[in-house]
Amino acid sequence: MEALSFAPPPVSEEAERVRAEVRAFLKTELANRPPFKKADSWNGADPAFSRKMGAKGWIAMTWPKQYGGHERSALERYVVLEEMLAAGAPVAAHWIADRQSGPLILKAGTEEQKQSILPRIAAGDCYFCIGMSEPDTGSDLASVRTKAVKADGGWVVNGTKVWTTGAHIAHYMILLCRTAEPTANRHEGLTQMLVDLKATDGVQINPIYDLAGQHHFNEVVFRDAFIPDSAVLGKPGDGWKQVTSELALERSGPERFLSSFTLLVELVRALGPDPSPAAKIAIGRLVAHIYTLRRLSRSVAGMLQRGDDPAIQAALVKDLGALVEQEIPEIARQLIAAEPDTKSTSDFVAVLAHTVLNAPSFSLRGGTREILRGMIARGLGLR
Amino acid sequence: MSDMRDMFVETASRLFRDYCTPDLLRAAAAGSFQTQLWDAMVEAGLTKAAVAEDAGGSGAELADALALLVPAGANAVPAPLAETLIAGFLLGEAGVVVPDAPLTIAIPRPGETLRAVRKGDGWLITGAVARVPYARFASGGVTVIAETAEGPLLAQVALADCKIAEAANLAHEPRDDVAFNEAPAQAAKLTTRQAADVYAMAAAARSAQMAGALQTVLQLSVQYALERSQFGKPLGKFQAIQHNLATLAGQAAAATAAADAAIAHAEHGAGSIAIASAKARAGEAASIACNIAHQVHGAIGFTAEHALHFSTQRLWSWRDEFGNDAFWELKLGDQAVAAGADGLWAMLTAAA
Ligand SMILES: Cc1cc2nc3c(=O)[nH]c(=O)nc-3n(C[C@H](O)[C@H](O)[C@H](O)COP(=O)(O)OP(=O)(O)OC[C@H]3O[C@@H](n4cnc5c(N)ncnc54)[C@H](O)[C@@H]3O)c2cc1C
Repeated sequence: MEALSFAPPPVSEEAERVRAEVRAFLKTELANRPPFKKADSWNGADPAFSRKMGAKGWIAMTWPKQYGGHERSALERYVVLEEMLAAGAPVAAHWIADRQSGPLILKAGTEEQKQSILPRIAAGDCYFCIGMSEPDTGSDLASVRTKAVKADGGWVVNGTKVWTTGAHIAHYMILLCRTAEPTANRHEGLTQMLVDLKATDGVQINPIYDLAGQHHFNEVVFRDAFIPDSAVLGKPGDGWKQVTSELALERSGPERFLSSFTLLVELVRALGPDPSPAAKIAIGRLVAHIYTLRRLSRSVAGMLQRGDDPAIQAALVKDLGALVEQEIPEIARQLIAAEPDTKSTSDFVAVLAHTVLNAPSFSLRGGTREILRGMIARGLGLR
Repeated sequence: MSDMRDMFVETASRLFRDYCTPDLLRAAAAGSFQTQLWDAMVEAGLTKAAVAEDAGGSGAELADALALLVPAGANAVPAPLAETLIAGFLLGEAGVVVPDAPLTIAIPRPGETLRAVRKGDGWLITGAVARVPYARFASGGVTVIAETAEGPLLAQVALADCKIAEAANLAHEPRDDVAFNEAPAQAAKLTTRQAADVYAMAAAARSAQMAGALQTVLQLSVQYALERSQFGKPLGKFQAIQHNLATLAGQAAAATAAADAAIAHAEHGAGSIAIASAKARAGEAASIACNIAHQVHGAIGFTAEHALHFSTQRLWSWRDEFGNDAFWELKLGDQAVAAGADGLWAMLTAAA
């Protein structure tokens, strides 16, 4: 059960200084962004905004300077992320690259890969997408079928990826594929590759519209796409090990409990200065939850800062976080009678509609609730 | 986390584990004060942890002292440790000699009043406080915060000068009604700490105890799921049970993190977001966790004989002591409304 302990989050004065800077920046930057757009949170992509963040030094904050990073602490980075999310800034373009693809390249990439890609990510100029899921591969990630066959100087890839968020704006995909036939150990024979989406023949990106009518994710089809040896990430066969550490990064941030925060803000606004005691109790309960989640989440950031592996703690925070994210619209609609309508001129009603439509994804993306609970159970020694 | 705290918590955990056997817990529930346990805690310097060294205490920060309550809650320590720590801290801070004997705090809730008037050199206390923890055993006296024309008064009243009506919580911990009828203060000092601030301090203490109890509930449930087999395999191999226990683990972790924050803010008074969040969050966690723990344990967990109820009965009681979830949530709601939509995030981050 040691695996489930959370040390108190470290105090960082530098991080609090960064907070003030970020707030001042966002105050002017987002002055005219309507709440309905803010509710998009880390789904809202705006390359111009990403470049501004790059110029501020707020991407790649913890990476070495030689690759365009800023060598700041995980805690400072955490503050930038949470301030962006709480304010509803359009961070989606660079989010995945900053959160997981860049760190993965830093850890497993060749010198050439690091030098050619990382500084561009840091500048807010280079975006990534995650090529894990497939039509027949969801939670059971080791079952991927996309196949790479060795050829002269590289690999020929065939297969289909789905639910690929941001593939249509991304420069690269980190593709998880099979480079060797499955053996008794299904985790062997998997490899990650850096696919240059702008310059690889045989890669087709088809939009998939989500139930809210938005185009965030895609189907990405590989037909005899040639990936050079220089684009293999890490060693062939090391894909599983790499992908699991990538997933730990994917699950550890404040986006895992702040997805509905804009709705809470608009709810408080809509309730006005004198809500009923019942409404105040409901709001107060959410405050208690978010206060606590934030503490747990910052504790995870502290573990990352110390170089620990908080995979299970991150799963636990994400599970708790998604519950609250999904509860917020349910509570909001009971406190203020309104028929949800994304086109409403009322900010509250539009944000409510947006959140209701997006809420199912909160406990799916990045690992489903059931998969996370399985991980926690393993941490408890039950599996 | 200070070294002092680590050392203290480790010593205390060992001591609590050694003493708080099912037999001792049963004897306490039957109504007797556990003198050996108490003496051992005194001996180890736990009861006066938050009293300055030159006043005979261990000289720990209040937060470090309250950290003892996590293992105390985990072991269901049947003694007024939380109350004695807080009373000792308040008396010590006011320069009043802190007795070695068990203490308790009688803090009026909203709706109750406790008034003090000057009489000669001293003060007379009048009023009543319901459900005061361990009052009948507080041979060191009852510490109160009373209203006076000059502001709040911290006062120590001898047990003999209180009228006690015995009652208990679901875990059979004494929760006595205490009436003061011109009771003379043994010692008294005007203070800036309002009754509501001390009430919050006690809520922080209960959150810490609840965090400990939740850890025990989790540990007992996991252990049971590994030991008990049905359908040819341990219960813990069934996914439904794994997921329930994962949920329970999440609740325990949340309550623990929140309690950590609360004890760090224990002196921040009635407006503390950390304390309010912790007590409310622990209350919710207790409800979910006890439900799962009893489900996992089946009928054996529903018996007087099994140890699970030492923890669950306390959680069912503690969640309603020193403010239930709604009491603290209303305070948080008031603050959120006052901060307003655009101040909500700043309020949350400032309270860290
Ligand atoms: C908004 C969004 C964005 C996404 N972006 C990306 C992306 O960029 N890149 C990418 O690769 N993927 C992405 N995904 C895919 C995501 O990772 C998968 O949805 C997720 O891993 C689950 O896979 P699945 O949808 O195929 O569901 P399945 O795995 O088929 O599961 C369906 C249901 O069965 C449950 N289940 C499955 N296995 C078990 C089990 N062993 N025990 C109990 N229950 C089980 C699941 O928890 C779930 O409730 C995205 C998904 C969403 C919703």
